[in-house]
Amino acid sequence: MPSKFNMQPLKNPMPTQDPNVRRANFNEVALGYTPEQAIDEAKRCIRCKNRPCVAGCPVKVKIPEFIAKVAEGDFEGAYQIIAEDSSLPAVCGRVCPQEKQCESVCTRGIKAGCESVGIGRLERFVADWHNKHTKNPATPAPFNGHKVAVIGSGPAGLACAGDLVKMGYGVTIFEALHVAGGVLVYGIPEFRLPKTIVQKEVQNLKDLGVKIETNVVVGRTITIEELKTEFGFEAVFIGSGAGLPRFMNIPGENLNGVYSANEFLTRSNLMKAYEADSRTPIQRGKRVAVVGGGNVAMDAARAAKRLGAEVHIIYRRGEAELPARKEEIEHAKEEGILFDFLTNPTRILGTETNDPRDPAYGWVRGIECVRMELGEADESGRRSPKEIAGSAFILPVDCVIMSLGTSPNPLLKMTTAGLQTLRRGEIAVDETGKTSIEGVYCGGDAATGAATVIKAMGAGRIAAKAIDEYVQSKSK
Amino acid sequence: MYQIVSKKELNPTVIQMEIFAPLVAKKALAGQFVILRVDEDGERIPLTVAGYDRERGNVTVIFQTVGGTTMRLQQKKVGEYIADFTGPLGNPTHTQGFKKVCVVGGGVGCAIALPVARALCEQGAEVTSIIGFRNKDLVILEEEFKACSKNFYMMTDDGSYGREGNVCLPLRELLEGGEQFDEVITIGPLIMMKFVCMETKKYGVKTIASMNPIMIDGTGMCGCCRLTVGGEMKFACVDGPEFNGHEIDFDEAITRTRAYADFEKRERESACNLFKKEVR
Repeated sequence: MPSKFNMQPLKNPMPTQDPNVRRANFNEVALGYTPEQAIDEAKRCIRCKNRPCVAGCPVKVKIPEFIAKVAEGDFEGAYQIIAEDSSLPAVCGRVCPQEKQCESVCTRGIKAGCESVGIGRLERFVADWHNKHTKNPATPAPFNGHKVAVIGSGPAGLACAGDLVKMGYGVTIFEALHVAGGVLVYGIPEFRLPKTIVQKEVQNLKDLGVKIETNVVVGRTITIEELKTEFGFEAVFIGSGAGLPRFMNIPGENLNGVYSANEFLTRSNLMKAYEADSRTPIQRGKRVAVVGGGNVAMDAARAAKRLGAEVHIIYRRGEAELPARKEEIEHAKEEGILFDFLTNPTRILGTETNDPRDPAYGWVRGIECVRMELGEADESGRRSPKEIAGSAFILPVDCVIMSLGTSPNPLLKMTTAGLQTLRRGEIAVDETGKTSIEGVYCGGDAATGAATVIKAMGAGRIAAKAIDEYVQSKSK
Repeated sequence: MYQIVSKKELNPTVIQMEIFAPLVAKKALAGQFVILRVDEDGERIPLTVAGYDRERGNVTVIFQTVGGTTMRLQQKKVGEYIADFTGPLGNPTHTQGFKKVCVVGGGVGCAIALPVARALCEQGAEVTSIIGFRNKDLVILEEEFKACSKNFYMMTDDGSYGREGNVCLPLRELLEGGEQFDEVITIGPLIMMKFVCMETKKYGVKTIASMNPIMIDGTGMCGCCRLTVGGEMKFACVDGPEFNGHEIDFDEAITRTRAYADFEKRERESACNLFKKEVR
């Protein structure tokens, strides 16, 4: 008779591709639990009374309940519990920063030397199991007579559309690119989030009755005003994300071989430039500097590594301050990414030829950096880095990827009269996602600036509820 | 999927196509561009809008077969489809409130200069058009330009048609002769636009240049199309594609367009091989 709980202090390790193999391919790194591993891991949850994990989840997934189902071997039952609160479990199980959310407060992880329950790994297992074994497409809810438009098919838009269509709304998603998924397809690489999984989530929504119009740039092709007046949408949700890349404003950023992380990842992920016969080019650098320390920087570094480069991550603070997920940092290290901490670029150097007809003209040859030290903590509690005088040095590189964060896309602000925005271009919203225009809601990175998939999804769901209340109150 | 409704060879390497894209046709204005993909595994390329028929829902593009993608597009027949067609993107040309404007076009850029010249003419401006080509065989849209221009100058590099020399020649003569343009608008190869801007700067004539850098998404997301204008970084897709020509760093822009020269050469060669095989 097996014991009720598994008191092993550490998580079941996630099976992964060998680092020496995976750094030369774009296949998914983490391979997922087997059913036996999942059940074993699920038994590590001791069903504590105060359920801190649920409070730690931005969308309040009923974590102990779904894990209990996994422990019983009822994986579909577990999926149904997750699905009540999360629209994209196969995605969130892979890309959520669980160690900063649900898992950070897990009772099992409190004692030194102990790890939390592998909640993210279990969520992923359950979602994958469901996607593999459930063949019946979901059936659409009866149409309630009201139409809602969703701008952008990233996590916020997909989540909002999913909730609304289940309530019976006629939902159309307008996507600027040629394929749906937003940052899930252009940003997050295949080796971290296979695109078949995103397609599956998108297909689920289509099965539920969501219409997806690609190649429509709202603001240009159609305005928000026209969506409401000509196309008969009673409400609009903006989930246009934070796509506008930032640069450092240092000399040399426009040299050939300098990319924004967005461009590098878009070429690699969306346009599949890593494939040998791709029609979209990408530079396969010999030595690449990635500037920044977030998840996007890790993604860009690991993609560059897979394209054959020696990759340096240049980050102005120390290792402890890296904003990226722990797992991504570990994976990057395993794959041989080099970290240059407490280092800050001051300029990018171009090739020495002055002859514009020379094919070598105008390309990156190095990045000049200075060493930093951490000073006193500022009001935010973060220790701000200070330059060490006389520490400048040059790292020879032929490619630089700037991963300094992104700002909300300015297109809707430019083309929508009356849409109020904040200092950095974020669309101004109240706690329900309501914007300054009646019937127009917004959530995700477009409202907050760059954040996480799960927060965007949560905002999409809150807005869906507010949109429902708005439409219903209006039609009374 | 977007259907090709008409196709016309303007010269051996320049093709005019009308694509059925009613939402784009409804909004398109002179100076804006579209992004298209020929087929499912194709790259995204920007092409400037050369015309539109709002009633029929068609958008006209004119392109030169310079690379793999444009060669694949050229192979498409009337009635066939291309995978994607997005737009209109970028800011339209400012065409209102001018009395006298000079439009300077070069090569396939004339295809984009024409709707600008037309729009200016329709708004009541007196249009002087200067268009230039390498030789007689490459001349396009002459009659169309004449129809909307009060003054018209045809230039070829080798003198095989019109006057010999580049577009800067008549422009300089006009400016030297005291011609007062409210604005000069130039669309064509970067090197031509650079010299047009140098010319007009001497006379302090406001000059707008239409930029066509390498792009991917065309909505401000990748930053690939960045340029230096007046010492600041600008994205051609959302801040442009037109900028004050006197402030553009053309040398940098020229260098940036060559970023993938090797790749593009291979693509062009493989497309050539592919289509030669099919022809046989």
